[in-house]
Amino acid sequence: MSLTLEQVQRIAHLARIEVSAAEALTTQDHLNGIFQLIEQMQAVDTSGVEPMAHAQDLSQRLREDRVSENDRRAAYQAIAPETEAGLYLVPKVIE
Amino acid sequence: MINASLKQLAQALAAKQISSVELTQLFLDRINRLNPTLNAFVTVDAEKSLKSARAADARIAAGNAGLLTGIPIAQKDIFCAEGWLTTCGSKMLANFVSPYDATVIHKMESEAGLVSLGKTNMDEFAMGSSNETSFFGPVRNPWDTARVPGGSSGGSAAAVAARLAPAATGTDTGGSIRQPAALCNLTGLKPTYGVVSRYGMIAFASSLDQAGPMAASAEDCALLLNTMVGFDERDSTSLERPTEDYTLNLEKPLSGLRIGLPKEFFGEGCDAEVMAAVRAALAEYEKLGATTVEVSLPNSHLSVPAYYVIAPAEASSNLSRFDGVRYGFRAEDYGNLDDMYMKSRAQGFGAEVKRRIMIGAYVLSHGYYDAYYLQAQRIRRLIANDFVEAFKVCDVIMGPTSPSTAFKLGEKAADPVQMYLSDIYTIAVNLAGLPGMSVPCGFAGGLPVGLQLIGNYFAEAQLLNVAHCYQQATDWHQQRPVGLE
Repeated sequence: MSLTLEQVQRIAHLARIEVSAAEALTTQDHLNGIFQLIEQMQAVDTSGVEPMAHAQDLSQRLREDRVSENDRRAAYQAIAPETEAGLYLVPKVIE
Repeated sequence: MINASLKQLAQALAAKQISSVELTQLFLDRINRLNPTLNAFVTVDAEKSLKSARAADARIAAGNAGLLTGIPIAQKDIFCAEGWLTTCGSKMLANFVSPYDATVIHKMESEAGLVSLGKTNMDEFAMGSSNETSFFGPVRNPWDTARVPGGSSGGSAAAVAARLAPAATGTDTGGSIRQPAALCNLTGLKPTYGVVSRYGMIAFASSLDQAGPMAASAEDCALLLNTMVGFDERDSTSLERPTEDYTLNLEKPLSGLRIGLPKEFFGEGCDAEVMAAVRAALAEYEKLGATTVEVSLPNSHLSVPAYYVIAPAEASSNLSRFDGVRYGFRAEDYGNLDDMYMKSRAQGFGAEVKRRIMIGAYVLSHGYYDAYYLQAQRIRRLIANDFVEAFKVCDVIMGPTSPSTAFKLGEKAADPVQMYLSDIYTIAVNLAGLPGMSVPCGFAGGLPVGLQLIGNYFAEAQLLNVAHCYQQATDWHQQRPVGLE
């Protein structure tokens, strides 16, 4: 498998990372090298093997549905790039 | 005091031969003097450290100190620590002062009374094997400052090796405790997945990440591990288990111990001098009463390919939180919201992190998920099953930690695949979720060599016992780099 420049740009967009034309070339080269390594997996017949998502085969724990955290909005918003009236500010998304 | 074990430091503090403030100052002075050469710490805050040391001294005076109260420690900068800059080696978090403590930090500092000397340098978001991907510049190996300390816990490794700290924390997703421990002549332990809480430990690959101690000896690691483990309801994968004292069985004789030697770890691909040191260590174990048996991990050659699907897939999801909205870096100039995300992430992440996020986004995307992500998870199962088979005929598995000694700065930085292959012996352990250690076992060309020990699930106490007995019979772990002063 070999990724085209268009595919690299599409992946970068999926990942929300801006990539310049020059960066895309280097990235393409590196990603193709890595995928060459990854391709070794394709030679293995894994039919019938149960995928292993996790080291421990346990089901997720559930907890009681109750408020367990204190309100620390001020402390958490103090480190935000931009806030106003307790809200995080981002560029306008709805005209 | 600089070279003292944690037990000796604890005794000196208990006997009031030295105060925690004096001890902390001693190490802060060394950091001041040697850190400009090594770049092992990214954040030092003497006032904060001394304040904790004074609190520790008060606890000791009041008679309610724990065993390790007052002993200084270096914390990998992946752990959120309230009021401390917590950067994870990234420009993305270069201004992030954590508003809360990771569970590991809380347990070690607030409960056990260890004193933080500061935050150690690391590969950006723990993605690297040489510490060269850090936004704050590479760490240098105290054994040869032209060489890398390994990664991603390279700052912690260099700090302890140069005795800028008596011990440190690390995290290990694919070898990030064991490989730098090997390259810097330290003892490092990655526990069974789920034993140490991941809460507040900045996530890279959540099904693999696990924190552990890095120190001079197995005994030091056992003492530290005692303070780190335990069930945490804030980590959904934390395991509920009875408490263990990891120092209890350190001295247990090794007669009858069956050591499995995977033939795949003793073939081609490993430096000859590294292999010679590993074989000499195995001979020492035989003298201690252990026997060796050949085992096979037939799918271990697939661990690196499978890891570079699974870890990036999880990373691409975990790192989507860095969007320039709630904390961390935001680009200066941008147009709409999407542009703000794209520019903040383009400027805030380094090249290796971007590569891994992109691999992850690709293997999870429509049409590729089955061929890559599910195939990697199936291979993960085969790798885990190989260990189950191997442990039917042995108690512990041994081999080299790293195929080479510390390499030169820049030597592998341009070729990601070459860098990835330096974790060829460590990654399978993370995929299976098993505990693993690296123990100093000699030198090759003047550089440290690490022996890897792999145990069955929850065999930390046994691994520490196996490492400790070897360290009672040898003094490789007591060798220190010279010429730094």
